[in-house]
Amino acid sequence: MSSASVSQTGPGFARINRSRKVKNHAASVLVTLAFGLALVPLVWLLWTVIGKGWHVVVHASWWTGNQRNLTYQDAGGGVYHAIIGTLLQVAVCTVISVPLAVLVGIYLVEYGRGPLARVTTFMVDIMTGIPSIVAALFVYAVFIATFHLTKAGWLVSLSLVLLMVPVIVRTTEEMLKLVPNELREASYALGVVKWKTILKVVLPTAFTGLVTGVVLGIARVAGETAPLLILGPYTANTNYNVFSGNQAALPTMINEMFLNLNHATGTGAYHLDANGDRVAGAAANFAPERMWGTALTLILLVLALNLIARLIGRRTKIAD
Amino acid sequence: MADRERNLMTEPGMPRGGVDPDPAALPAPAQAPLTVASSQPGTITADVAPPVSGGDVSSFGGGKRRVGDKVFATVASGASGLIVAVVVLVAAFLIARSWNSIAHNNASFLFSHAWSTSVNDLRFGVAGLLWTTVLSAVIALVIAVPVAVGVALFITQYAPHRLARPVAHVIDLLAAIPSIIYGVWGVSVLAPHLTPVVRVLSNIGLGLFDKKFETRNVFNAGVVLAIMILPVITAISRDVFERTPRQNIEAAWALGATRWEMIRLAVLPYGRPGVISGAMLGMGRALGETIAVMMILGKVSGFSFSMFDGGETFASKIANSAAEFSTPLTTGAYLAAGLVLFVLTFVVNALARWIVNRRKDFA
Repeated sequence: MSSASVSQTGPGFARINRSRKVKNHAASVLVTLAFGLALVPLVWLLWTVIGKGWHVVVHASWWTGNQRNLTYQDAGGGVYHAIIGTLLQVAVCTVISVPLAVLVGIYLVEYGRGPLARVTTFMVDIMTGIPSIVAALFVYAVFIATFHLTKAGWLVSLSLVLLMVPVIVRTTEEMLKLVPNELREASYALGVVKWKTILKVVLPTAFTGLVTGVVLGIARVAGETAPLLILGPYTANTNYNVFSGNQAALPTMINEMFLNLNHATGTGAYHLDANGDRVAGAAANFAPERMWGTALTLILLVLALNLIARLIGRRTKIAD
Repeated sequence: MADRERNLMTEPGMPRGGVDPDPAALPAPAQAPLTVASSQPGTITADVAPPVSGGDVSSFGGGKRRVGDKVFATVASGASGLIVAVVVLVAAFLIARSWNSIAHNNASFLFSHAWSTSVNDLRFGVAGLLWTTVLSAVIALVIAVPVAVGVALFITQYAPHRLARPVAHVIDLLAAIPSIIYGVWGVSVLAPHLTPVVRVLSNIGLGLFDKKFETRNVFNAGVVLAIMILPVITAISRDVFERTPRQNIEAAWALGATRWEMIRLAVLPYGRPGVISGAMLGMGRALGETIAVMMILGKVSGFSFSMFDGGETFASKIANSAAEFSTPLTTGAYLAAGLVLFVLTFVVNALARWIVNRRKDFA
């Protein structure tokens, strides 16, 4: 790399003195090191979670069973209840967020002039920065402290809406801006009114981009834990009703197992210590292996969503 | 073709005709793939409709706005109004529900680090939480910013063009991993490996470096936060570095600069505001991070300035105590802490945006 920059000055030009050369080399090395350093946690984390979780998730029963009536000394059990909870809560959140956020994006790009547009842009920026715990507290303050409802999955969904909307608004805005103005003008020139132009020309053109934004938004909220701690208590049972009762979710299941890492009594052939390594004999505690298994399940879900978003994004013709 | 002509003829003359045209009569670009060919129709329309620039067509048919347009515009601006209202409501509800508790508080809300939420003697202050929150975020920034700038430079200036995008995607993956997994990994895998660093630093042994815990301390939380905010800062730095004006770079090369000198002369000065605002956005993330910090930090009773002590941030305090939300007065204390966190992140984010937008005016 640095040799490229030396040749940039080329033969025939003044020679580069030693200290400049050394500095240039040092900078190249440092920058490359920084990149390597950034990769370390990613590889290390994935390695850890896959290494400690794979032997849990390869069992079919992991994907079909729940934790009902299982103690930490009982082997088996699965993550089905938590997957159902996460999917339902995220689905409710998506159903509310997508129309709202896409409309806001349309407003900002196609209509937005004047004070409301400026205020909206600012507020979307602020929303992007709202910590998930504050979003959860807000929903708590409104629905539980003020209206005296009980904790349930849909309240988690509502607080996730606050986190998902700004993500989708931003991508919608960017995608709509990429739609060539000529398309709009062609449509107007043919006498099509503005709202039909938006619905039939602008949105279909930007469609794949919008889907990418939505999937990224889903991936962003699927792993959120803070709202669940405030609004969505964990349960070992499968609960298909997002509107009442406790409902498990993947992050709270990880948290539940984390809190019971040292919950070791009884006997067994082996147990996993807090690092998830097998230790022969001694007490059986299946909390660690369930924790890493759930962590791997959550990572698989989120990475799959990201991959889907990238694949859809690649099909977009206007993105590049 | 016939459809198109019909549409062209009826539309301007009959304002209502546009409300329900046959969908089949719509121009071809209604399908996404056709955008590839958009350059050709574009040149035609540019000749046909020069006065109809931008989105100002509603006045085209003699100043009359059609019903459909009106409804659609109202719905779209209504959605925007709703977003604005929600953000305002967040602040309003947090203030309204915590006001009573702040009024009944027997300790200084801003300057005390006591935290006792028994209904008879409410004593709570945010000073301790504020210190731990800001300290962990600052540690995260000190570690993350240099690395993020390095990574952004690597992607934009050093990596071969074909590699740059995949490499950027890999860094973005760091942002995709849920924070609870960072927490689990941080406390059980990373923290034990950081003890040598903790030991060396805590040998200084005074104030900020006072030795307390080797693993479950603010320093380790800061390191994990640094990993979590790295992709945010990298993404924004990368964006501004990429937009460095070509002339500045060429001028540096023409002066015979080495690659590093070119970066120092052209790329870094141009990108500085971007890096700063990226750092502040990252800080906003770090200030509000809940579960990772909560898992790593050990709960301690007293308050100390040391970065090697446990403690609680705003977010971890609130999440830790979710079970305590029983009476309005007690809950109000935590809502008040949430309000301070909201204001803190608001200020940091608003500053970051202000820096970015100020830069936009120059560019």
